[in-house]
Order: sequence, then C-alpha cells, then structure tokens
Amino acid sequence: MSISTQPLTDHPAPDSVLAWQPDGPVSRDRFLADVNQLADLLPAGRHILNICQNRYHFLVGLAAAIVTGRISLLPSTLAPEAIARLRSETPDLLYLHDGHADTIDLPGLAFPAPLPLTDRNLPVPGIPTDQVVAHVYTSGSTGIPLTHQKTWGALVSSARAEAERLGARGHALVGTVPPQHMYGLESTVLISLHGGAAAWSGRPFYPADIAAALAAVPAPRALVTTPFHLRTLLDADVFMPPIDFILSATAPLSEELATRAEATLGAPLHEIYGSTETGQLASRRATATRAWHLLGDARLRPDGDGHVASGGHVEGIVPINDVIEPTDEHHFLLHGRNADLINIAGKRTSLAWLNQQLTGLPGVHDGAFFMPDEEPDDHVTRLCACVVAPSHTAKSLLNALRTRIDPVFLPRPLIFTDKLPRNAASKLPRAGLLALLPPKDKAGA
Amino acid sequence: MTTTPPDSTQDTTPSLAEVAEIIVTALNLEMSPAEIDPDASLFGDGLGLDSIDILEIALVISKRYGIQLRADSEDNTSIFRSLRSLTNYVASQKAA
Repeated sequence: MSISTQPLTDHPAPDSVLAWQPDGPVSRDRFLADVNQLADLLPAGRHILNICQNRYHFLVGLAAAIVTGRISLLPSTLAPEAIARLRSETPDLLYLHDGHADTIDLPGLAFPAPLPLTDRNLPVPGIPTDQVVAHVYTSGSTGIPLTHQKTWGALVSSARAEAERLGARGHALVGTVPPQHMYGLESTVLISLHGGAAAWSGRPFYPADIAAALAAVPAPRALVTTPFHLRTLLDADVFMPPIDFILSATAPLSEELATRAEATLGAPLHEIYGSTETGQLASRRATATRAWHLLGDARLRPDGDGHVASGGHVEGIVPINDVIEPTDEHHFLLHGRNADLINIAGKRTSLAWLNQQLTGLPGVHDGAFFMPDEEPDDHVTRLCACVVAPSHTAKSLLNALRTRIDPVFLPRPLIFTDKLPRNAASKLPRAGLLALLPPKDKAGA
Repeated sequence: MTTTPPDSTQDTTPSLAEVAEIIVTALNLEMSPAEIDPDASLFGDGLGLDSIDILEIALVISKRYGIQLRADSEDNTSIFRSLRSLTNYVASQKAA
C-alpha cells in the first residue's frame, strides 16, 4: 500500500524564491540546505518548542522538525506555568531559539550559523500527509487546556486554498504577526512552503519598520497584519511602497478602517476568519461584502444550537464557537463572537481558563475576568478583573498572575472589592461587573 | 536600527515630565505622571507595559516630535526600557 505524501514545499525550481532576508532572496536550494543542516543538529526527542524570532529561522526550524518526524509545539504563551505543563506532557521537549534568549526552563538549541551552499538541485523530501507536525492549544470551555494535532496534509491543503483565494503566488509577504500563532503560521510561513509566496524574515514593529521591510522586498508585495497594527500604520502617516494586497485577522476590522486602508495603501484588504481548532476557515473583502467565503473544500452545517465545520483542510468535525448564519454552500454571515473566547493581539484564551488561573492563586478568595465594551476606532480592548483578595496588593497579585498568563491578558484595571456582584444563582451579571469599572477619564481620553 | 543613548545624556527637551505625561495620557493610566519612576522598567513588574502599549506611545511621540521610531524587532524595543531611556532617545532624535 502506498503512503500518500506531499512535498516539503511546492516551490517548483531549485532557484525559486521561498523567503527574503536583509541580504536578499532565499532560494529553495538554500532553504533545503539550511533544513538539512539543522535536522542533523537536532538532539534526540520528538517535540520542539520553536521560539525563533526571525521568521526564516522559524520556517527552517519547523521544516527540520517535519523532515525528521518531530512535532512542533505552538503554545499561545511562554508563561512559566505553561512551559511547565508542556514539559510534563512531553518530557523530551527542547526549545529552538535564535539568540533572543528567553528564560525558558528547558534544554535549548541555538539556531546555527548557515554553512556555505555547496550542493545544487537538492531533492525536496516527501512528507506523509497523515504525519502530525504541530500541536496547537486551546483553553477549552471548561478551562482545561486541550491539545489539537495538525497533520501535514491538512496544513498543505489550507495553505494552498489561501494562496489561491488571495492570488498570493509570487508575492513577497511582510508580516507583523508572530510565526508561532495560527494566523502568522498559516499566512506567512505555510503559504511560503505551499502557495508560492515568500516571507520576509523580519517582524517589523514600528510603522517606519513596516515601510522599510516592504521597501526591502520586490513587488508584488503583501502586508500580513492585524487591525491594531494597520491603524497605527495609517495614523503614523509614513511613506509606504506600493502594496498588492493587505491581509488582516485576529480581531474584527471596522468598515471605516478597511475603507481607509484601501484608499491610503491602494490595495485590496482581505480578512481571514478562523479558530485554533479549524485553522483559517474563510475570507472576505470587507469593503465589498459582509459575507465570508469558505476556503477550499471546507463546509458548514447546522448541528444542535450551532454549526460545525468539516471537509477540506478541517480535521474532523469541529464546532464553530461563534454565532454564524450560512447564506449558501460557500458563504456565511458572522453575527457574534462567543463571549467566553478572548483574542487580544492574536493571542487566544478563554474567560473560563483565566478565571481558573486567578482564583487558583494563593490569597484570592474570589475573582472574575470580564471584557468591557469594545474600544472604538480599532483600539485594543483590554480585559478587566475584579477580585476579593485582602492580603494582596495590585502589584503582588499581578506578579503572581504574570507567571501563569500571557501579559496581554493581565487585567486593566484590576479592581479590588469586598464581594463580587454575584446574583442569587451565584452568577455574575455583566451589568454588575461593568458597574465596578471606574468612570472613563474624559480629560485624558 | 535602535540606538540607545547612554544614560548620562542630558535631560534636554523633552523633559521627563513631558514624556511621562504622554505615557499616562496615551494609555489612560490610572496614575499621575509624577508617579512614574524615571529609572524603573516600563515592562513586566515595573509599569507592566506590553508591545501594544509601546505602539500607542510611539504613535503619539511621532506626532508630537516628528520622529519615527525604529527597532530590529518587537523584542528589541530597548528605548522603552525606562522613562529616562525613552526621553533620552526622543531628545537625541530631535537633536539629530
């Protein structure tokens, strides 16, 4: 019986450009040589935490893990407690870094300096489509972390479907999002392996950095970003090289920002909808349509009170957590997000999990996180929390929380109270929580 | 590239108080500008800022002083190490 495989990359020729670095293009041959070099250096153990900051280093690390049958773990946070849990689940775990040494309590391997390219026309390895290549994590509706396995076949189909939808083949991609989270993984890394795109190695931060990164790659180019980065980029009013398309995800994009981005940057803006469980599921051009267009062969059907996704690159049958309304076989409207799921700057978690972390701290008698009303103008909305913890100061409590949760989820404000506004059923009505918030500082706003 | 001036740089315009005011206003912090220790970390267990805050502050600074901040990466935002390092950086860019 033959095993179904897909090549490590579908870039067609040894000199096809698969990525861009400050010193120029990275050919398929260069990439394969770097993958082989790193693969030979990997110590025993099947699991890798790839925290490389350089997107090309991340890509080589992911590929070296794949060709050696290893699994890359992609947690949503590197908080010490999360690392400890990963280590207990996969004791052979090591981490791959490229010099930005985080204090991670694991055996580490530094990304190697490249060797001179001596061989040409290196063979492209075939990878079994059912090989598990990555683990991604969700916090689950009960607050218990769940591991989701991603197979090579599903990731390849997903990347190809996205590339076809966006017309991304041949484009240089500049991403402001990390390669370790689903959106950045799919839309900058995987699409460079399967989909004919080529990712810029850096991760520009300030608006002037984004403009410089775009100027460092040839046209056609695309910007892979978030509503927040897009707004700060437009507000900064820096000179931008021509862009062929813009991609946004992780948070709802206002119609005003979408219109402004397209007018200012002179390029269509596409949005991606997805979840950790399904991966990217649909796209739309917000200035043209409200309806989301399913990617590839993914389909939705009603199930109980909600909907499930299956088919195409979706692995198994996956419940959709948001309120959606299919309009035909390939399109749906998004009516509301699941209030329990939190997504800040592309990092995902759930209120249930955050509440467990908060109430699990020594000295905390009761406590709850909640999301205030959305900030206008594509500003990032922060979580709030109220807590009953008489022995704590704000500083001691935040320091304790910081060891458990990602900093973007730290509450602002953190409100100390004698008693949470629980109703007779011990539930916390939203109105009661919102009433605890201090009035907005009008003068400072 | 990020250039971090030495901490011995004179506190010329803008003043520490002015930049502290920008931070408090841009982020709507519940504290007065004078409460920010000029040498304490703006990240982590100091003021607890993260990359989202830094972009917001950078935007206000670019508007106010007409300078564009640059960094190699999100993790190389050393000019935001403290209020003093940020103020010195802005002063050095203005002078340049």
